[in-house]
Amino acid sequence: MANNKFEFEAAYRLLENKLEELRQLSETLECDFSNEIANVEKRISQLRAERYKHLTPWEQVILSRDLERPMTRDYIDTLCTDFIELHGDRLYGDDPAIVGGIAVFGDRAVTVIGQQKGQDTAENIRHNFGMPRPEGFRKAHRLLKNAERFQRPVITFINTPGADPGIGAEERGQAWAISQLLLCLSSLRVPVVSVITGEGGSGGALALTIADRIIMLSNAVFSVASPETCASILLRDVKRAGEMAEALKLNAPALKDLRIIDAIVDEPLNENLLGAPDFVADLRSAISKHLDEVSAQPLDDLIRQRYQRLRVIGQFYEPDL
Amino acid sequence: MFKPTFKPRKAYIDLSGISKSPLSLDSREGNFPCPTCSTWLSEAEIIKNNDFCPRCARHFAVTAWERIYSLCDEGTFEEWDSGLTSGNPLQFPDYDAKLQRASEDTHLPEAIITGKGIIGGMECVVGAMEPRFMMGSMGSVVGEKVCRAAEGAMERSLPLILSCCSGGARMQEGMLSLMQMAKTSAAIGRLNQAGLLYITILTHPTTGGVTASFASLADIIIGEPGALIGFTGPRVIEQTTGQKLPAGFQRSEYLLQHGMLDIIQPRLEMRSLLIRLLAVHQGGRNGQ
Repeated sequence: MANNKFEFEAAYRLLENKLEELRQLSETLECDFSNEIANVEKRISQLRAERYKHLTPWEQVILSRDLERPMTRDYIDTLCTDFIELHGDRLYGDDPAIVGGIAVFGDRAVTVIGQQKGQDTAENIRHNFGMPRPEGFRKAHRLLKNAERFQRPVITFINTPGADPGIGAEERGQAWAISQLLLCLSSLRVPVVSVITGEGGSGGALALTIADRIIMLSNAVFSVASPETCASILLRDVKRAGEMAEALKLNAPALKDLRIIDAIVDEPLNENLLGAPDFVADLRSAISKHLDEVSAQPLDDLIRQRYQRLRVIGQFYEPDL
Repeated sequence: MFKPTFKPRKAYIDLSGISKSPLSLDSREGNFPCPTCSTWLSEAEIIKNNDFCPRCARHFAVTAWERIYSLCDEGTFEEWDSGLTSGNPLQFPDYDAKLQRASEDTHLPEAIITGKGIIGGMECVVGAMEPRFMMGSMGSVVGEKVCRAAEGAMERSLPLILSCCSGGARMQEGMLSLMQMAKTSAAIGRLNQAGLLYITILTHPTTGGVTASFASLADIIIGEPGALIGFTGPRVIEQTTGQKLPAGFQRSEYLLQHGMLDIIQPRLEMRSLLIRLLAVHQGGRNGQ
């Protein structure tokens, strides 16, 4: 994950450059330092791995938004076969910020839905930076009802800065579209597993994250609002977003402690996550394990448990009566 | 335990939102400019006029208790879950102090009051959100009380009426707040399945996570005149899109036009509308 987003990378890069100089020098001088060089190289990669294991929440926020990360379509194409994308909400339009359709995962037919970001400016404009409009949520709603009708389990992939904050979205009932999706998912009579792959931003992310199991990648985040928004509202200083990232408890370990998510899949130290076979295998088996577990339950129990999962979230004081 | 008490009313005007008035509250003692039309009003006038401006009919914010009293038959409201208070589950900076200040300012333990009341002789579960308690934001307690209100309605087979007013999810409780959207929506889902009537009254302002959960899931959604209702707040929309907002954007009247509300009802006639709605849902009997 040689990544130039982080300042600490400069130090590792400096060491690597020095090592390269040494390698060239050893060639010129015709003496063999290859053992030493290999040792130092190994040490640098160990140190870097250690550093990436201890990213601060703010560094994870930055990483979760990385355009180099795989997007929802990449996950679907890697994990599933026979994906057929289905379009449109049958009411107004098709929102490219949400992709969805039917596919085969392992040996079962599934419905897959997720927010889709782009990997460059042109793609991002096309996908509205992964910020769904009401028609996107309504398309998801329609596909979920379809999944229920044909008894297909649902896998959702979450990666969005949040719902679109535009005039048109408001005029077409953004809040209404989100609340109806929340209600639909909370009682949908098929198993649902969510995977938070990148940025889990606010209501736009939550709308597809009501599930029987929630899996989160180790550098993904899930937050009530972006740290920048919190910093500008609560501290009146957007530069202090790092503090808010810390306070919001938005990373995977913190959310596991709060029992909002169920499992974490560790990301490798590799820029191209889906190019790492171990990671792909881990993610596939995590989804498959949870899907198996929830699919084994009678539907009525599943719905009751999904309700209970939500019902117990929250912490408050109540006097003994 | 903190016991909420109903304090004698104190008129105040919400100056947020559309106010462009250069006049400040303390510039003339005891008088306030209407945020919409800038007419100077005395506290006595505002009280006499039932909390709206005699010139432009702007509805001023009222407290949760005033809302409850204005809807229920006299002396019939019985509060539920009044002892629920927020902790600081994430140890979020300054949250404890903000909670304490909000509770001192409002004499309420949290941003919503719920309970059972009688409206026009008909029993129902009633709740009202308090705009002054951290902008009516929804954290664990608001989410829990909404769920318990829905469950209480189901136990007794009663209709549920919620008067909403909120800035959205409470950031200081992080994901615990955001999940209250899911939790309340799920509870309303059960209420729907039980076939019970659910009515929301959206008042100024109802935005963010409350609009995008239980507030917009009602069988009948009533807006107060001029109320700001939406998902994203107007300032954020302007800042992020750089677009000029259309006149009347996100106001009740605009939302009615765009198909998001069932009806707009002035506050003074709210109770009579509820009585008619409740009566129709009882099969035409008016309960008296």
